[in-house]
Amino acid sequence: MQSSLSLSVSPNTSLGIHRSNCNAFQSLPLKPINLRFCGLRREVLGFSALKQSDSHRVCLPTRARSKKVVSASLSDNGTPKSFDYDLLIIGAGVGGHGAALHAVEKGLKTAIVEGDVVGGTCVNRGCVPSKALLAVSGRMRELQSEHHLKALGLQVAAAGYDRQGVADHANNLASKIRNNLTNSMKALGVDILTGFGTILGPQKVKVGSSDKVVTAKNIIIATGSVPFVPKGIEVDGKTVITSDHALKLESVPDWIAIVGSGYIGLEFSDVYTALGSEVTFIEALDQLMPGFDPEIGKLAQRVLINPRKIDYHTGVFATKITPAKDGKPVTIELIDAKTKEPKDTLEVDAALIATGRAPFTQGLGLENIKVATQRGFVPVDERMRVIDSNGNLVPHLYCIGDANGKMMLAHAASAQGISVVEQVTGRDHVLNHLSIPAACFTHPEISMVGLTEPQAREKAEKEGFEVSIAKTSFKANTKALAENEGEGLAKLIYRPDNGEILGVHIFGLHAADLIHEASNAIALGTRIQDIKLAVHAHPTLSEVLDELFKSAKVSDHASSSVSDPVAV
Amino acid sequence: MAHLLNTSFIPSSQTLRRNRNFPAGVGISGRRSRAQVQAKIREIFMPALSSTMTEGKIVSWVKSEGDKLSKGESVVVVESDKADMDVETFYDGYLAAIMVEEGGVANVGSAIALLAETESEIAEAKAKANSSSSSAATPSPAPEPQPGKIAENVGSAPVTQTVKTPPVAVASTHPASEEGRRIVASPYAKKLAKELKVDLARVVGSGPLGRIVAKDVEAAASSAVEAAATATVSAAAGGAATVAPGIELGTVVPFTTMQGAVSRNMVESLSVPTFRVGYTITTDALDALYKKVKSKGVTMTALLAKATALALVKHPVVNSSCRDGQSFTYNSSINIAVAVAIDGGLITPVLQDADKVDIYSLSRKWKELVDKARAKQLQPHEYNTGTFTLSNLGMFGVDRFDAILPPGTGAIMAVGASQPTAVGTKDGRIGMKNQMQVNVTADHRVIYGADLAAFLKTLASIVEDPKDLTF
Repeated sequence: MQSSLSLSVSPNTSLGIHRSNCNAFQSLPLKPINLRFCGLRREVLGFSALKQSDSHRVCLPTRARSKKVVSASLSDNGTPKSFDYDLLIIGAGVGGHGAALHAVEKGLKTAIVEGDVVGGTCVNRGCVPSKALLAVSGRMRELQSEHHLKALGLQVAAAGYDRQGVADHANNLASKIRNNLTNSMKALGVDILTGFGTILGPQKVKVGSSDKVVTAKNIIIATGSVPFVPKGIEVDGKTVITSDHALKLESVPDWIAIVGSGYIGLEFSDVYTALGSEVTFIEALDQLMPGFDPEIGKLAQRVLINPRKIDYHTGVFATKITPAKDGKPVTIELIDAKTKEPKDTLEVDAALIATGRAPFTQGLGLENIKVATQRGFVPVDERMRVIDSNGNLVPHLYCIGDANGKMMLAHAASAQGISVVEQVTGRDHVLNHLSIPAACFTHPEISMVGLTEPQAREKAEKEGFEVSIAKTSFKANTKALAENEGEGLAKLIYRPDNGEILGVHIFGLHAADLIHEASNAIALGTRIQDIKLAVHAHPTLSEVLDELFKSAKVSDHASSSVSDPVAV
Repeated sequence: MAHLLNTSFIPSSQTLRRNRNFPAGVGISGRRSRAQVQAKIREIFMPALSSTMTEGKIVSWVKSEGDKLSKGESVVVVESDKADMDVETFYDGYLAAIMVEEGGVANVGSAIALLAETESEIAEAKAKANSSSSSAATPSPAPEPQPGKIAENVGSAPVTQTVKTPPVAVASTHPASEEGRRIVASPYAKKLAKELKVDLARVVGSGPLGRIVAKDVEAAASSAVEAAATATVSAAAGGAATVAPGIELGTVVPFTTMQGAVSRNMVESLSVPTFRVGYTITTDALDALYKKVKSKGVTMTALLAKATALALVKHPVVNSSCRDGQSFTYNSSINIAVAVAIDGGLITPVLQDADKVDIYSLSRKWKELVDKARAKQLQPHEYNTGTFTLSNLGMFGVDRFDAILPPGTGAIMAVGASQPTAVGTKDGRIGMKNQMQVNVTADHRVIYGADLAAFLKTLASIVEDPKDLTF
């Protein structure tokens, strides 16, 4: 797919089909939908994205929501049957929302079942409120860094904060986004059914405790996840807490232990240390930040851990955590992760359990369709089709997002949902998970897409190709230096033989925003020899990636689809 | 700029060339102990990676202790004010001891590791690394002074870092620490303790349930400096530097803690029967040497301390003291305390093992001690373990003076200014020579006139032919 930059591909074949589809139901033109939350845009979904968007341009103004039932039954290949909906989504988180919006866009009659609040984890107890807290922590950090301010010539009197004010900001943001989400779905005509959804049988779902049964041609499970609490840990919501509680910021303890040093733990360490807490990390693996590219992790540790009021215990499990009571502090018993011998006991003011998330799939009625979960996750194939206990695909049933455990990120769920909608509307689609970026919103941020260096080397060994690494530093970027934020690194992992991008990892100012150039390139199959010719505005942080691509050494015989930059 | 980060990159050819242009002994200095066994242990030092770089941070050690290195191989990644760069070794050998850990900061030119030529020298180099503490302001644990050394020392202030002292004594007061079996300190308190070299076992926590928090460590660190006043003090240097402007005339100002301690020590010194012996030493050769090595960071104080230490090696009695009025206490190490006037007081930072540590390390150590004294961060073992004291008022033009013996030591030497003097030489001519007068005050219970005379003669011969100082 090296022709991705060329606009001359004519999407005639697919266009014809879509056009006829759309024109058949002319009524109630709706505005194009631009509301996306933590989600991916459909353009990054696959290699043929351009064709697809072309056809959309024709379809968008003529989408309709009447007569959907007819269309659904018509397309059911000769076995006419009436369903309440074309698509029923269980769970109105970011995944469900993304799927619903795309379904409406595709002309499906859609309903979404929500047993709790619209928005799910991301909006209510995850990415969204945590960004509010991190926005505060970033500013606090800047205002507290005398050295940094002095270098800029600024003078600021002592910075302080009002805990309740910070908490309110997070809470207000969550409700605002929640309302936006709800309104966007209502405005498009997505039915929001309140109550927990239980699958009674194929294409049949009970909503809530009432006997209300809804049928749908296709069903998407998008029930998400809840914080995972290992056994032995007693969560009281006050001194031993999960991210759910922490985001309410009901207190800022003097000393908090964070169990787990992944994204969640790291972000909270950023928030807590900026607000004056001291932090102790407890990590089961031998090094902190185990999920990150080792080099990035090392640098991140130098910047995000070592200079801050943080210490850590690695290679240990917290076997028992007892909340504070009767004047006693929170006690944490640590054992060696390998020998299982008791290692230490910590007494702290609070403990945050950030050991990952567990799928929320109980009570879904999966047994009614003979699906057995694996550690709670719903087994699916690469098209998100649910697999039953005999290894067969369950027709018309899909599972997206945290509930299937493929990639536990809000925007991955949304992308998977959109992929499913593509499939049920007649276009085969497989989501390339390696093109889905991830970000950790510390100060500075960490972002990544694709493979880490060890993963790439392993793959290269198996498949017999060469791997090269290119790196650029933020220290040489004008904009970063202007901000006095030169600490950072961008790393490109690629194949020198054909210029394929295998992975990009960024640690530095606004890394989370910078990664999309790389993730889009991977999604669209753009090769380094092509993208290095693209122009970046100067001076911008995006030049870090520009430099990165330019410093990659791709062998001369690798073909390039764009020989000369062409004005279009 | 991307190329700077390629792992196999060599700092910059410019830097390399510069290093090689340094006269031998600066960049990677061969170290010879007096026993002549350590000729093959070299220092790896913090290179200057840019013209503006004054200190560098160790990003990571590419090699670990014990690894074999060949010439040109990357050993360590250093972060300068500009970028991260790999630093390579100029010699084959073994990375014997890392003196500045990852994340630590070291001044340009200071030792960050030792390179042993053969495997058998690794242990020796390690010992060397431990005894000569690096000049780096590093978060790595400070090399501990050998316990034996401290046990024999005279300081009355608590000795914080002896290995022998079990940490239980104070820690038992923490209710949160399971009857003192553990130290409960917050993460930042631990970090600070490491930085300020405070032994947490001796800090009483004021946090929740007796937890040690940052302010406890800070308090402990500053009280350590205040306690400095109980250390040995030489009187002579006191007044000179302390006539500060802004003194309100006609008022009575009570002593600070440090001044109070000085006062007590001075009174106590009256119980020691002291006598004085003076000597005039020609310093032309020393001055010439100083001029030569000044650019390498060597200070006159370090040269004098080194010369004194070398003389003391030959006259152990002058390095002894009388503690109970009935015996000689011969000190195992030669620790030269040097009186420093600071802000209304006086403190005596100690150059430990001044006879064994080479002049470059000694100069760096001295700079570090002075910086610490200024920041009031000297640890007790850094100011109360002196066995012989130097007091130098030469820089004020003082040509001769008389020092009071600090209690607990055997002798103190007052050093005057080196001045051009017309002297008659042995061949009957008259010539100009730079001469300085030194005057030693000693405890006559252990050190007799002949001892001092012999010592001064040795010292004079070392100063007049100072080639041994830089070996």
